[in-house]
Amino acid sequence: MSAGLSKFGKREGLYSRELFAEAANEAFKRCPNLEPKKDIEALFVGHMGESYEHQGHTGPTVSDWSGLLPIQATRVENACASSSVALRCGIFAILSGMCDIVMVGGVEKMTHRTTPDVTAFLAMASDYPFEQWHGITFPGLYALMATAHMHEYETTEEQMAMVAVKNHHYGAMNPKAHMQKEVTLEKAMSSRVIAWPLKLYDCSLITDGASCLVLTKPELEREFTDTPIHVIGSGQASDAIGLYERDNLTTLKAAKLAAKEAYQMAKVKPKDIDIAEVHDCFTIAEIIASEDLGFCKPGEGGRLIESDATTLEGEIPVNLSGGLKSKGHPVGATGTGQAYEIYLQLTGQAEEKRQVDGAEIGLAHNVGGSGATAAVHIFRRK
Amino acid sequence: MAETHPFTIEAFYRFASEKRLMAARCNKCGTLLLPPRPMCTECLSTDLKWVELEKRGKLLTYTVIHVAPTRFQSMVPYTVGIVKLKDGLKLPGMIRGVEPQELEVDMELEADFDTTLPSEWPTWPRYFFRPP
Repeated sequence: MSAGLSKFGKREGLYSRELFAEAANEAFKRCPNLEPKKDIEALFVGHMGESYEHQGHTGPTVSDWSGLLPIQATRVENACASSSVALRCGIFAILSGMCDIVMVGGVEKMTHRTTPDVTAFLAMASDYPFEQWHGITFPGLYALMATAHMHEYETTEEQMAMVAVKNHHYGAMNPKAHMQKEVTLEKAMSSRVIAWPLKLYDCSLITDGASCLVLTKPELEREFTDTPIHVIGSGQASDAIGLYERDNLTTLKAAKLAAKEAYQMAKVKPKDIDIAEVHDCFTIAEIIASEDLGFCKPGEGGRLIESDATTLEGEIPVNLSGGLKSKGHPVGATGTGQAYEIYLQLTGQAEEKRQVDGAEIGLAHNVGGSGATAAVHIFRRK
Repeated sequence: MAETHPFTIEAFYRFASEKRLMAARCNKCGTLLLPPRPMCTECLSTDLKWVELEKRGKLLTYTVIHVAPTRFQSMVPYTVGIVKLKDGLKLPGMIRGVEPQELEVDMELEADFDTTLPSEWPTWPRYFFRPP
């Protein structure tokens, strides 16, 4: 029935709980008939790392700052997919019949730490004894996938840079995006190497932010909103924590399985999707996502970005929010942040220059770690 | 080190400190487990035995790390890759003794061992890969 998103960016002087309250406040204001303290029965919040603020126990903390005590408040942690999994927990709560109205969301405060610290914290989403211990960083894992994709399908560094150019183009139009500026192909290609073949502009941003949704059952929706958005498909799957254990390094099996589950539940096909937010934590990840979601055949993700099919005017617009690349990637907030963008698009509330005209069906694809968790949600305007 | 040791990651690294690359094999269904686990993930049997793996394999993919966590910062740029061993099992690790521009997918590599580190959690002796 409602959604909220804090401004994404370098939010100096704020704690996670304050960022979450900013998102919750927007969701409350969008829904004047909602009495949050009386109506909301449970909160599920995605939050990856207690290291950033030396603060765990996120559920009650953000609940308190959002005025929701004493309802049950639960932290969900599935790395960068934490808040999509929180969304699924909310769906379970409502479909079980135990709750009528729940809030789901996510938060992360990252920018006050040094890059080596953040690199170390993010690496915790990968395998410790065989990956982290051998110096494999998070960009390193996606770089290993990129090298394999380049070798198997002749995907190029230039195609990866095109993902950055596109997503920065749309991020520049999004007032809540972290980095609201265009980048040229030349600048992206000549940026410093982080983990070859990935360069600075192939990597998403270290960002502070929070996001949330308020869910209810269809029988109650009209009491709260004239523009309800239905979750028509939801899928989640898991894979080995270690990238090296997987059969195929050029696809995320968990994402394919989650997508299959979501498409089947929604009874829609990839060609029916009007707008997608995909997990472009690195540019290669958007290329692989477009293949895993069936927007193109395996191996053709590089050519898909070249064809402009994923732009606002194309057949399947992808990451018109700017994506993790330009809007930013406050890891715990990312999944429901993607859902927030789909909410805006399906209710016609995105900024005019990046609004898909008449969008009816939207998809959000959220990946945890290097693909040990993936969750896909499909939404439809009612 | 005795081959009756429990099928743990710690045991894998203790074997590595003896310059041996060891996996668990399920006596019931034959599945090779690397990392070793206390239970076969295919048939759930706990009837396992240690087997020594061939150290040779082929490079599946690689990257050159330029931005690293503090612990590895003094080593940048360094190369890591995933190697498919002759038994079909895969292991990630650092690649030494090859210039980045000479790296190629499918090149032959061999596991070697750096036994200078203490063999205690969470710091294990590292294996790495180098040209044979």
